[in-house]
Amino acid sequence: MTQVRNFPIGGPLLEVQHISLRFGGVKAITDTSFNVLEHEIRAIIGPNGAGKSSLLNCINGIYKPQEGKIVFKGEVLDKISPNIIAQKGISRTFQNLALFKRMSVIDNILVGRKLHMDCNFLQVAFQTPRARQEEEENRERCEELVEFLEITDIRDTPVGKLPYGLQKKVELGRALATEADILLLDEPMAGMNVEEKREMCRFILKVNDELGTTMVLIEHDMGVVMDISDNVVVLDYGKIIADGPPEEVRTNQDVIDAYLGVAHD
Amino acid sequence: MPIWGWPMTEILFFFEVVLAGLLAGTMYSLVALGFVLIYKASATFNFAQGAMVFFAVLSFVGFMELGLPFVLAFLVTILLMIAVGYATERLVIEPLTGQSEDTMLMATIGLAFVLQGLAQAVWGVEVRRLDLGIPDFPIPWLADNLGIFVSALDVTAGVVAGVLIIVLSLLFRFTKMGLGLRAVADDPGAAASIGIPLKNIMLLVWSTAGIVALVTGMMWGARAGVQFALVDLALKALPVLIIGGFSSIPGAIVGGLIIGVVEKTLEVYVGPYFGGGIEGWAPYVLAILFLLWRPEGLFGEKIIRRV
Amino acid sequence: MTDKPVFMTYSRSDVTNFAVLMILAFAVVPFTIETDYWYSSILIPWLCLALAAIGQQFVMGYAGQLALGAAGFMAAGAFACYNIELRIPWMPFPLSLLFSGIIAAAFGVLFGLPSLRVRGIYLMVATLASQFFIIWMIDKFGWFKNYDTSGIITAQDIMIFGVPFTSPMQMYLVVAVVVTILTILAVNMTRGSVGRNWMAVRDMDIAAESMGISLLRAKLQAFALSAFYCGVAGALFAFTYLKSLEPVAFDIKLSFSILFMVILGGLGTINGAFVGAAFILLFPVVLNTAGNAWFHGTIDATIISAIEQVVFGALIILFLIYEPLGMAKLWENTKQRLLDRRPVGEARPNKKPKTG
Repeated sequence: MTQVRNFPIGGPLLEVQHISLRFGGVKAITDTSFNVLEHEIRAIIGPNGAGKSSLLNCINGIYKPQEGKIVFKGEVLDKISPNIIAQKGISRTFQNLALFKRMSVIDNILVGRKLHMDCNFLQVAFQTPRARQEEEENRERCEELVEFLEITDIRDTPVGKLPYGLQKKVELGRALATEADILLLDEPMAGMNVEEKREMCRFILKVNDELGTTMVLIEHDMGVVMDISDNVVVLDYGKIIADGPPEEVRTNQDVIDAYLGVAHD
Repeated sequence: MPIWGWPMTEILFFFEVVLAGLLAGTMYSLVALGFVLIYKASATFNFAQGAMVFFAVLSFVGFMELGLPFVLAFLVTILLMIAVGYATERLVIEPLTGQSEDTMLMATIGLAFVLQGLAQAVWGVEVRRLDLGIPDFPIPWLADNLGIFVSALDVTAGVVAGVLIIVLSLLFRFTKMGLGLRAVADDPGAAASIGIPLKNIMLLVWSTAGIVALVTGMMWGARAGVQFALVDLALKALPVLIIGGFSSIPGAIVGGLIIGVVEKTLEVYVGPYFGGGIEGWAPYVLAILFLLWRPEGLFGEKIIRRV
Repeated sequence: MTDKPVFMTYSRSDVTNFAVLMILAFAVVPFTIETDYWYSSILIPWLCLALAAIGQQFVMGYAGQLALGAAGFMAAGAFACYNIELRIPWMPFPLSLLFSGIIAAAFGVLFGLPSLRVRGIYLMVATLASQFFIIWMIDKFGWFKNYDTSGIITAQDIMIFGVPFTSPMQMYLVVAVVVTILTILAVNMTRGSVGRNWMAVRDMDIAAESMGISLLRAKLQAFALSAFYCGVAGALFAFTYLKSLEPVAFDIKLSFSILFMVILGGLGTINGAFVGAAFILLFPVVLNTAGNAWFHGTIDATIISAIEQVVFGALIILFLIYEPLGMAKLWENTKQRLLDRRPVGEARPNKKPKTG
């Protein structure tokens, strides 16, 4: 995976600085810092309960960390809600599928286009030429995405009726539709077989390559992580124990201990 | 002897208003108690509790009209309420297991209409008087010696509410059934997997709620007559629950008392400026204000939504 | 290769259905139905209540917020309209309607505010507050009723640019035009980005927010538009059906009726509002007629109304268990089954881009 890239890796795009998050007395994340570089694919790995999803939830504004700050494109994202953070250019998928179950596949993906559609309710109600044009253009984009993800035949099915793997794909589609600068993917390949995983990897790499989208993904499959990521962050008990290129992380003694379950101290 | 510039009679009157509020509040608490029971056991919000109150007491009065003596009518109605609980569990709750909270709520709204319709279709719609043999006029001793006018019926209602609450709390805390119930409320799947009979527990809970409804209905019926308006009155248990928290028995009590006192004092001291009638909405507005301040209620557990 | 579907707001079948309905409503009905009863007791209340049910659909069926105060907003609209007509006599009726809707919408936003913090039963209680508060306010402040002491006020005649619309058929036409326009707007909104945002909030609010939807905006918009539709419906209901204005007519029972229309008709469909309203309105009529025919008036009207409650309640439960998408979906399914029976080779029905 080291051919010449259309979008070479640049400087820090997203900086996580000394984040700490507690739920009541439970520490989910402790003083965690790392940078995500522009155009890279960054993996976050770690045992269950290491605080990986909580970290994404902090970046995307769902959780408000008690300490530390998150800087995106040089701007501090502090105490702002997820919809504003989405506007700034951060989109995501969720670990436990957060699709709009009763809506069709195409409508789910269309919601991802929300930030590209700014007609108000009166324009929509009266179907002004501008509203029609907007709707048509964005549907066009979504149809392209549906084709790209090879889910054309289920485009009108309510997503609640789809099998898990397909739902994961739709969720990726919805995140892609936002055309955000950075995508946070929370276990995009969980519960998939080898074939499906390979396909998903292909989509992720293709998007990264063609659009230059920066990706942050949480993944358990080490094979996948080593294959597609440029850099890896390893979390354990809410703390970072390693941060670097996959080859380096793989040989890190702390990481090996954490995965093999060696007792701390 | 004025206190803070208030003449004694004013102060006594204020106490009377507060006391009336407290006692009216116990009535709300009783309805709220029925809601809490079912909510604790199944996380289902039973909108039909008010209708159950009406259904139970109307049936009780109906049986008395048919010539059954008081105690027998009471027992027959209890059996009836257990049957209603059983039918509800089998026909409504079980088929909808696993549905969203909103769906369950809508279903119990449907149930409320079924129950209140059934009661009226069977027993008719006229207002009945219910005489429990407890006078609804001021207790002479209190009136003579303290100048406070409190009805004996109100005091009885307060005592009954207190006893019910203590009994239910004890059952919840110390019996095997209560323990199972709390386990079920926590995690129905896990509870079932360790052999707690889910269905029996639900049946028990719905029956208990039915009996609580009957007692509540008798108290209210004696006071305001057995009539359809009971259903609307029971709606006031909703703000009570919001203030107290849906899953807390003490919450239901305290919430009821707060609502009772606030609505009575507002009605007496603020109402006249607006031509009265603010009792009708004041509890709900109070509930909204409360929601903005503490959505989980006074005694409810804070809910952390995990993503 | 499958053809890439081209998006249109309306599919061909939508257009034909619409044309048929318009011809029925404005060309067939006015020339075939002569009895006032049909206009003033069936068609007019049906259309008014369906309009209110569309409002309830916005907030409940689309945005997924359990609200129970439609009748309060209807009352706000009705009394707003009365006062506008009273105090600004030159105001043409359609404009009065518009402003009534806007006033109701303001109440909608105010009482929709709790939806930002709470949901489910909590929200229902908050909306109940609006129901009780609005009715109380109208009742207690004489100004709203022009200091009329009888408690019952007659609604003014409908005048549009000096032309009176007072016969039942004329009033029906006014209602039908308003309802048609507002229904088209509702369909456009619910099929477009507005409705999608609402449904996203309904199905998974956190994900919706992460896609850039402001929950505050989406929810308040749903409440405002819902109250607007209810307000206009209430004004029409008072001016063409009740012909008098009394706050009692808009009590909690009406709110429940509208809630039932939406659940039975089918949550999240505009068709469902019309189907549900027809059912809730017509079923008692049928039951009464049947009761009189079979028992020759020996059954008390109150008993019939009690039976009605049992049936509505039971149907709610049955639909929630067996067909949560309501009568509109039931009808779709039946139609689909009939169409599927056609021999192979015949053209498949046009696939709708979306169901509204």
